[in-house]
Amino acid sequence: MHPAYSVILFTVSSGAGYGMLFLMSILAGLGRLPIDPWFSWPAFVIALGLISVGLLSSLLHLGHPERFLRALTQWRSSWLSREGVLAIGTFGPAGLFALGWLFFEVDTQSPGLAIVLLSVVTAVLCVATVFSTSMIYASLKPIPQWCRGDVPYGYLTLSFASGALLLNALAALTGSTFDGISIVALIGLVLGYAVKTRYWRGIRAAKPLSTAGSAIGLEKGTSVRSLDPPHTEPNYLQKEMGYRVARKHADKLRQFAYIVGFGVPVLVLLIGLGLSGPLLTALAVIAAVSAHVGIVVERWLFFAEATHAVTLYYGAESI
Amino acid sequence: MTDLPATTPTRKLGLVIDLDTCVGCHACAVNCKEWNSGGFAAPLSDTDPYGAEPDGVWFNRVHSFEADTKGAGRTVHFPRSCLHCDNALCVTVCPTGASYKREEDGIVLVDEDKCIGCKLCSWACPYGAREYDVNEGVMKKCTLCIDRIYNENLDEAQRVPACVSTCPVSARHFGDLSDPHSAVSQLVADRGGQPLMPELGYAPVNRYLSPRSETSQAAALEPTADSVEGKFLQWVDRLLS
Amino acid sequence: MRPTPIDTSPPISDEVKETTCYMCACRCGIRVHLTNGALRYIEGNPNHPVNRGVLCAKGAAGIMKQHSPAKLKKPLKRVGERGSGDFVEIEWEEALGIATAWLGKIRETDPKKLAFFTGRDQSQALTGWWATQFGTPNYAAHGGFCSVNMAAAGLYTMGGSFWEFGEPDWDQTRYFMMFGVAEDHASNPIKIGLGKVKANGAKFVSVNPVRTGYSAIADEWVGIRPGTDGLLVFSLIRELLLADQVDFDYLARYTNAGWLVIQDDGAADDGLFVRDEAGNPLCWDKTLGGLGPALDKNANPALIEARALPDGRRAVPAFDLMARRFLDPAYAPEAVADQTGLTADTIRRLAAELAHAAFQEEIKIDMPWTDFAGRQHDHIVGRPVSFHAMRGISAHSNGFHTCRALHVLQAVLGSIDCPGGWRYRPPYPKAAPPAVLPTGPVTSPGDPLAGPPLGFPRGPEDLLVDDAGTPQRIDKAFSWEAPLAAHGMMHMLIRNAWAGDPYPIDTLFMFMANMSWNSSMNTTETMRMLTDKDPDTGEYKIPHIIYSDAFDSEMVAYADLVLPDTTYLERWDCISLLDRPISEITGPADSIRQPVLTPDRDVRPFQDVLLDIGARLGLPGMVDEHGDALYPGGLPEYLIKHERKPGVGMLAGWRGADGTAKGVGAPNAEQLDRYVENGCFWTDTIPVEGVYYRNVNQAYRAYGEAMGFLDTPDPVIVQLYSEVLQKFRLAAQGHGSIQPPAADQNRVARYFDPLPMWYMPFEEAAVDCEAFPLHALTQRPMVMYHAWDSQNAWQRQILGSNRLYIARSLAARLKISDDDWVWVSSDKGRIRGQARLMDGVNPDTIWTWNAIGKRRGTWGLDADAHEATRGFLLNHLIGDILPNEAYANADPVTGQAAWYDLRVRVEKAAASDAPESWPQFDPLPSNAVRGAPAVLRYGAEFRSGS
Ligand SMILES: Nc1nc2c(c(=O)[nH]1)N[C@H]1C(S)=C(S)[C@@H](COP(=O)(O)OP(=O)(O)OC[C@H]3O[C@@H](n4cnc5c(=O)[nH]c(N)nc54)[C@H](O)[C@@H]3O)O[C@H]1N2
Ligand SMILES: Nc1nc2c(c(=O)[nH]1)N[C@H]1C(S)=C(S)[C@@H](COP(=O)(O)OP(=O)(O)OC[C@H]3O[C@@H](n4cnc5c(=O)[nH]c(N)nc54)[C@H](O)[C@@H]3O)O[C@H]1N2
Ligand code: SF4
Ligand code: SF4
Ligand code: SF4
Ligand code: SF4
Ligand code: SF4
Ligand SMILES: [Mo]
Repeated sequence: MHPAYSVILFTVSSGAGYGMLFLMSILAGLGRLPIDPWFSWPAFVIALGLISVGLLSSLLHLGHPERFLRALTQWRSSWLSREGVLAIGTFGPAGLFALGWLFFEVDTQSPGLAIVLLSVVTAVLCVATVFSTSMIYASLKPIPQWCRGDVPYGYLTLSFASGALLLNALAALTGSTFDGISIVALIGLVLGYAVKTRYWRGIRAAKPLSTAGSAIGLEKGTSVRSLDPPHTEPNYLQKEMGYRVARKHADKLRQFAYIVGFGVPVLVLLIGLGLSGPLLTALAVIAAVSAHVGIVVERWLFFAEATHAVTLYYGAESI
Repeated sequence: MTDLPATTPTRKLGLVIDLDTCVGCHACAVNCKEWNSGGFAAPLSDTDPYGAEPDGVWFNRVHSFEADTKGAGRTVHFPRSCLHCDNALCVTVCPTGASYKREEDGIVLVDEDKCIGCKLCSWACPYGAREYDVNEGVMKKCTLCIDRIYNENLDEAQRVPACVSTCPVSARHFGDLSDPHSAVSQLVADRGGQPLMPELGYAPVNRYLSPRSETSQAAALEPTADSVEGKFLQWVDRLLS
Repeated sequence: MRPTPIDTSPPISDEVKETTCYMCACRCGIRVHLTNGALRYIEGNPNHPVNRGVLCAKGAAGIMKQHSPAKLKKPLKRVGERGSGDFVEIEWEEALGIATAWLGKIRETDPKKLAFFTGRDQSQALTGWWATQFGTPNYAAHGGFCSVNMAAAGLYTMGGSFWEFGEPDWDQTRYFMMFGVAEDHASNPIKIGLGKVKANGAKFVSVNPVRTGYSAIADEWVGIRPGTDGLLVFSLIRELLLADQVDFDYLARYTNAGWLVIQDDGAADDGLFVRDEAGNPLCWDKTLGGLGPALDKNANPALIEARALPDGRRAVPAFDLMARRFLDPAYAPEAVADQTGLTADTIRRLAAELAHAAFQEEIKIDMPWTDFAGRQHDHIVGRPVSFHAMRGISAHSNGFHTCRALHVLQAVLGSIDCPGGWRYRPPYPKAAPPAVLPTGPVTSPGDPLAGPPLGFPRGPEDLLVDDAGTPQRIDKAFSWEAPLAAHGMMHMLIRNAWAGDPYPIDTLFMFMANMSWNSSMNTTETMRMLTDKDPDTGEYKIPHIIYSDAFDSEMVAYADLVLPDTTYLERWDCISLLDRPISEITGPADSIRQPVLTPDRDVRPFQDVLLDIGARLGLPGMVDEHGDALYPGGLPEYLIKHERKPGVGMLAGWRGADGTAKGVGAPNAEQLDRYVENGCFWTDTIPVEGVYYRNVNQAYRAYGEAMGFLDTPDPVIVQLYSEVLQKFRLAAQGHGSIQPPAADQNRVARYFDPLPMWYMPFEEAAVDCEAFPLHALTQRPMVMYHAWDSQNAWQRQILGSNRLYIARSLAARLKISDDDWVWVSSDKGRIRGQARLMDGVNPDTIWTWNAIGKRRGTWGLDADAHEATRGFLLNHLIGDILPNEAYANADPVTGQAAWYDLRVRVEKAAASDAPESWPQFDPLPSNAVRGAPAVLRYGAEFRSGS
């Protein structure tokens, strides 16, 4: 599949945003979210900002953005519609939660029932939204690399990890104490690493889903080669779905994603465990930046490594 | 409504395409383009029509393949258009309700006025039957010539898809595949019509008939002489002289 | 939320006009739907005999032809150097004035200095007549480089031929064998027919080096090596003869198998038929036990064994000679296997299958009929094997004889115009050959030609050569170089005119022929000749060039005066029985085009222009006694009023003052109205007892007589042995008053064999086959018509640039993989194109699609269009003359251009070579309407509801 930057940006940034929001609400509920306005203001702004940026970028790649409200109507069957509904729906409780947190005296140790309720609802909606996003892909049968059970876990864990890393960095930058957040980030990274490793092994190991022979309805096992395409110049299908990344190139990028996306941040966070002060801040920022560079690459690969059944009509012998 | 019809449609209109007779002439593709350029989904816009990389919207595209069929190989021409699947994911993934499958005849359509151009349906179609019109910002596709097959302004015989009425070798057949007695169903039964990529579970309505393998029933010739002179002597006896 | 309701019954258009398609020469009937006067939809006319409602890809793209940015918009006068494309637009009056001045001078002095040649012309009944009235013998259409081998071999053998002169009995045939056909003129009829063959479960065999198109659906593909079909056919005939799978009765009655041939070495009549005083052929009648009239009702001819003639000389039946020719062990399956690239078993099996279909699956129809000799038959015998062949056979230098062999095969199986066999399409059969002779130059300028420029010589006396044997036509047709060049030799026109050989001409007047590009052999050289100047005078070697095109083709730049034509939807046209017919097996048919749109440019229908120029020149038949134009109304008026001979005009339908006559009848002022009412075509049905064996069927002969088709009342006896060819051979052997110049003697003696023969194609025999080990071919793409369609926004998406197709096995040896750029070299030069590998091609053969490559700047396309940057032409590699330069690269009998004799070498291009096709030429400036949109939204305006 063609790795469109709008979609990569959308999934990465909204993933991060929901990750942050999820952790903030959970931790708030558990009474472990710093009350320090120097921290919480930017935290909420960044979280909601990332989500909005993501949604906007996905809106912009529509043929008719002005009709976007229609996309909320088909939640009964369409994961895209569900995502839209949930994404917008999340703003409500999240917004109230934020207001409450920012404008009312909240006793961190025992936040009021209202806050707890809001935080729980927000957390659930965040998970649901990211899950829906992942299901948009995971429900597409023509794309074997997407239509897999482990795809949602990838999205969820990475969103969790990137949220934690951003909170960690933010806490460090604002000098507010946020106990254990770096541990949370480490956990997220490890989970993400595990899931991605399983995924990347899995899509290589999977046996072909379909062959050119079955794509044109010939007897099983008939070997078929494309002779001429229907049109001399590439068409929408080829531009949108014909993208193929060379295995070698993909391997390099996977290595890169492993190191930059997981290796470096984990290492840096571990080193950071014992430290404090500017050095810790620097490390926390490095961890966040590096991880997100890695996640962008991971997301690029998620598209680039996905092969669509339609390519069987344009030269692929199996997918 | 992007839910599929609750009850499977009573009629399943679709195409049966005979790969044994398709010569790959593209008549169906161009006639489709021509008809639909003024029809239900008009226009089928073309980008850079006289430049280096012309790229337009086509509801029907004719590929050619080489297949190692039994015995000798075979060049197979393969026209590709919407299969009006029973289990059409292209419909269920649609967030707006623009994509829908008609209860009355199973035809899968796009309601362009509702389409936001998110392209998800084209990702959901394994058969590449969805055609995004970049210039109109909406998704388009084979309509099974919905504006022909019921059209009272056409005489009975003409009420078939444009691609069917124009196919010079009659490789394209149109009809109700839910009715076992229909001509198309018979054809599918007799020739073992195949669905495309059944393993994906879309339950396509259209069927494709595979190239048949011919066997010679002629007995080998018996040369009655092995030399020219021998032959002529025989002919003398046969009173050719 | 319900979907927005759909109007499933929208009006299609507010107006429907019927006319005839001209996206190619197949001439299908179309219904043109107009909405507010704009083209909404073009569909096949269900009632039309040619296409029965179907439409091919080209026809369906007619809308975009009409909207082409390449349409010429006004007459053009050259101001820059010829070939630069530097023109000024002028008014029609000036354009016609210039043309009239040039042509007028020629006509007063030496009319043959006008060479009038047409390409994809469908109005030869008019253009040929115009040349005759002008008085120049230098007229022809494209037939000479197209398929004259096919036409001549058939017409000289059985008075009809493949091509458009007949077709298989698609409904009843059990076995259909196709030789060398990619698409052919009968594009839709052949496809409709193949559909029937498939539906009937009959077997379809395609003999073709390439497995695409029709061959792709063949039940058996025979991937023969180019140029060797003759060997295959010879071998098939041999196997049939050896197994007595022969229709001897048919041969004895309806072919000249039983006619006695004089065997008298060195005599002036050696090899001619034994005839009585009246000239009737004689046979050895087994009943009489002596000589007898071969065509007699009770004739019982011996088919073999030499006999003594009263004068003591020997004579043998033609069959005897023929059988000895084909039984030669040189044609045994094993013997021809290597050369043809087929296995002996395949050949034997094919022969067996032919015999099986012809004799085991024989059809009997109870239908009384009477043959030419008066023999009554109570039933019709059908031998349901049919054949069709086209340029794969004819575009070789051995094509005439190969095609003759095919017709002999049909006769041996007794399958000519019978149920399930190959069938004639009226007005064929004509006499074998048709009784029309070519006409040479006029003696006094101003006179019309004594007869038509083109015809069918029956002996040396009919050639157009002077006493020294020098050709009298600029293309050297009907000279010793190509005695039976029945369609002329357009492919030699430009070279000869440039060289002033046999004489210089003044004006080259061409219509609808892209001669500076895809329709010339040796294109690069041809462009040079068109612009070459005489160093002494500084004048162009070809002083004047007038050209009529409708579009901004490569040829436009090479004209001094351009006469822009309309599109096919904007004019009247006539598809006349006097030209290439559209008839059905079951009866004659002709048709017209009517204008369905009015031009939005300052262009005029060429045929109107031609009649206008004719009137301005005062040509006989175009002006009355006062010198006033006879047809000021142009073509439509001419179609109605003009009579070729009393009662016979351009159109056969609705003749007679009251419109009730057909074929022959007085002009009818309302004739065109009747055609328009009837969908712009006319058909007639042959009386039932006259539908089969029409070459020898009395009822049909009577019908044909009444319709004015027959050029002789005599039956058309199949000429297995061709006395006409023998006459030329005798002349070459030194007999008679008209003999070839010494230089031509051996060639004529060798190739004018009265029996079919096979010889290696000339180029293969001449070039070093180590250096040029491969055959190179082109094929017609079904979706494109020659050069025409790259201007078409829809068609060019399907085929916007061509590839060079190479067998995988060969490519592996040459280390060439898909998409590589490769060089292709012949002894003429080299070209560069991009490779595509395939399995379904003969391993000694490479091929590409014809006429897809375009020159930068032409056809209304952007300069970077891939037609020009990736597309390529094979033509640069194809010689117009043979390597030894002595003769045209053509068949020695008919002069048919030998496009497919080409031998080449292929090499992978160097990494340093640009990824672009080669050669490239200077881009030409556009002379077309242009104004092409960046995005085409055609049809938006028609959308119902919007
Ligand atoms: N390599 C190779 N070359 C070949 C062949 C091959 O097989 N291989 N085939 C040969 C054969 S058989 C043929 S017949 C020739 C065909 O070649 P041509 O006879 O040259 O035919 P085209 O190039 O298709 O068309 C000639 C011109 O007709 C113009 N034209 C189209 N419509 C109209 C109209 O309505 N009015 C006027 N006035 N002009 C019009 C087109 O613009 C074009 O410039 O090509 C020959 N060239
Ligand atoms: N769509 C379309 N239709 C056309 C035309 C067009 O340009 N486009 N052009 C029209 C014109 S002008 C003409 S003349 C006709 C020509 O009609 P065709 O004769 O069908 O045209 P070609 O493309 O020359 O086909 C030649 C075929 O013979 C094969 N061949 C080549 N050499 C040999 C050989 O030695 N033996 C055998 N057995 N096969 C061989 C080639 O592979 C090719 O398939 O088509 C007419 N119809
Ligand atoms: S029109 Fe018929 S023969 Fe031609 S490509 Fe389409 S299906 Fe095949
Ligand atoms: S072919 Fe594709 S577009 Fe058509 S119904 Fe099936 S899935 Fe949908
Ligand atoms: S592109 Fe249009 S039709 Fe397709 S899924 Fe999106 S909204 Fe639905
Ligand atoms: S049914 Fe109509 S829309 Fe669909 S491919 Fe055929 S012509 Fe095109
Ligand atoms: S074959 Fe096609 S292009 Fe040629 S006349 Fe018929 S419809 Fe027109
Ligand atoms: Mo031709």
